[in-house]
Amino acid sequence: MSAVLADMPKTDMSKSVAPATTKAIAPSKGGRPWTFYVLAALFACYVIALYGPMFCIYILSFQDIRGGLVFPMKGQSLHWFVDLFTQVRTGDVKGSFDRSIKLAVIVTIITVVVSFLAGLGFRKRFRGDTIVFYMMIGSLVAPGLVLGLGTGLLFQALGLNASWYTSALGAQLSWTLPFGVLVMFAVMSRFNHVWEEAAYDLGANRWQSIRLVMIPVLAPGLVAVALFGFTLSYDEFARSLQTAGSLNTLPLEIWSMTLNVTSPSLYALGTVTTIVSFIVIGASLGTIVLIQKKRGSRAKG
Amino acid sequence: MQPILAQSPAPSRSNLAGWLYVSPLVLVLVPFFVAPILVVLGASFFATDGFGGLTPGFTLASYVEVLHSALTLKLYLATIKFTALTWIFTLIIGFFVAYFLVFHVRNQLLAIGLFLLCTVPFWTSNIIRMISWIPLLGKEGLINQALLGMGVIRQPLEVLLFSDLAVVIAYVHQLTIFMIVPIFNSMARIDKKLIEAAIDAGASRFDIMRLIVVPMSKSGIALGTIFVVSIVMGDFFVVKVMSGGGSASVVSAFYEDVGVLQYPTAAASAVLLTLVLVAIVSLILRTVDIRQEITR
Repeated sequence: MSAVLADMPKTDMSKSVAPATTKAIAPSKGGRPWTFYVLAALFACYVIALYGPMFCIYILSFQDIRGGLVFPMKGQSLHWFVDLFTQVRTGDVKGSFDRSIKLAVIVTIITVVVSFLAGLGFRKRFRGDTIVFYMMIGSLVAPGLVLGLGTGLLFQALGLNASWYTSALGAQLSWTLPFGVLVMFAVMSRFNHVWEEAAYDLGANRWQSIRLVMIPVLAPGLVAVALFGFTLSYDEFARSLQTAGSLNTLPLEIWSMTLNVTSPSLYALGTVTTIVSFIVIGASLGTIVLIQKKRGSRAKG
Repeated sequence: MQPILAQSPAPSRSNLAGWLYVSPLVLVLVPFFVAPILVVLGASFFATDGFGGLTPGFTLASYVEVLHSALTLKLYLATIKFTALTWIFTLIIGFFVAYFLVFHVRNQLLAIGLFLLCTVPFWTSNIIRMISWIPLLGKEGLINQALLGMGVIRQPLEVLLFSDLAVVIAYVHQLTIFMIVPIFNSMARIDKKLIEAAIDAGASRFDIMRLIVVPMSKSGIALGTIFVVSIVMGDFFVVKVMSGGGSASVVSAFYEDVGVLQYPTAAASAVLLTLVLVAIVSLILRTVDIRQEITR
């Protein structure tokens, strides 16, 4: 990104029109305007505020048995992690963890496939596309708790049991799919359809052009959609509350813990969930890098 | 940028093909968005026996009750206050963070790295992130300890945690990312040649901001606004936890109503809130055609 603006000579903000500059626009070393420093400071403050609180709980989760919810830190041990997975009073953390991961994987797969197809469908206008589009926006902005309650009542009325893999799955999809499709729009707008044209010219049918051209080219975007789907599901709370049935997902478990557990094991749970998230992000980014590398070597070879 | 909605090179398609592609999406949205909303709408017209039983019928009693109660107005004012404050802060921070990354960071790899740095906390649990403010803002938290240590205050500040301030802090902490991503996305697409041309034509940096950057980031701002407004207005647990039960919002009152099995009243207030949200989002969508912009 050539920071053109950064190379502007200092101009008085009150002058609406500055005399045309004779200075070269090419990026030069140094000569940053004052706004750069202000914005850099703002950015630094934002990042500190973003990470500060979380680092506090990561640190506090490694206290020993005397530990409390606030600083100063009392000793160092893994006591609260053991406590988290062994204590009965903290509920069924392990079970809800398993369920959340499974559910997130199912949601991710469905989100990627359905968003990709919808993205393909929205590339051309068709009769009634606006209705589908607004239905999607509606699903995105509707209060999650209200939708969850409606879904719960619906299942009750139909005589179905609410459970995490039926009603909660659907409730979460009503939230992840609109996100996925919007990301897909942004991804597909960067797809150069010359490649597709070339495929058709070489005699490919539509299915072949999708499978052999579009999917490989759009792969990084599809990974991004998958990452979105996974994290939105793994962290979904409002829509799952009334639809998960008798077995909790992880966020519901955390929620019930916040109401009755006041020990650092809550922080330990935060640390564990963060580690899991990082493993998922690492895997996704690794996948993108691998895809790009493969492509690079193929292009060169 | 190819216009996505322009004629694509594929063999000409009928409307049927378009519908086939979006049919899986529709098959999820109808049972899990349209139907539940209709159920809630239906329930809002039912009568109740007060014990959680719903008597099918058609009465506007719940709406009358909701619209007549002074509490409703108070709840909406509280919700709108939280929404407005959160929106202003997330917009200002989000806009300038995106602007900094796009226009001030010269190395593209560094810009993307810093951008990812902003998105990482988004991948951890919301509830945990909210709780993480306790060791900082609490009565014995770091901020109070620091201020006491410096002798700025004599008594620990009680206003930091379990207050409206804490609610707004938690919202801004969680939602700024929803502003940064779409604004960053639309800013990154601004052609640098445009800006060079403006400089050549004698525009000041302020003019460039006013006449090029802001108008061209409009779609990102609109998208971010939709995310932030709908999440804050539909939220209840941040308010519940961070205000320590001191404040309420429309949805937290709804949650209490459901808890005491006041389904019709809860449903009526949910329908009203959904209408308000739809009105706000429609206004935003009328100013910016998101679909055109997103698929530019």
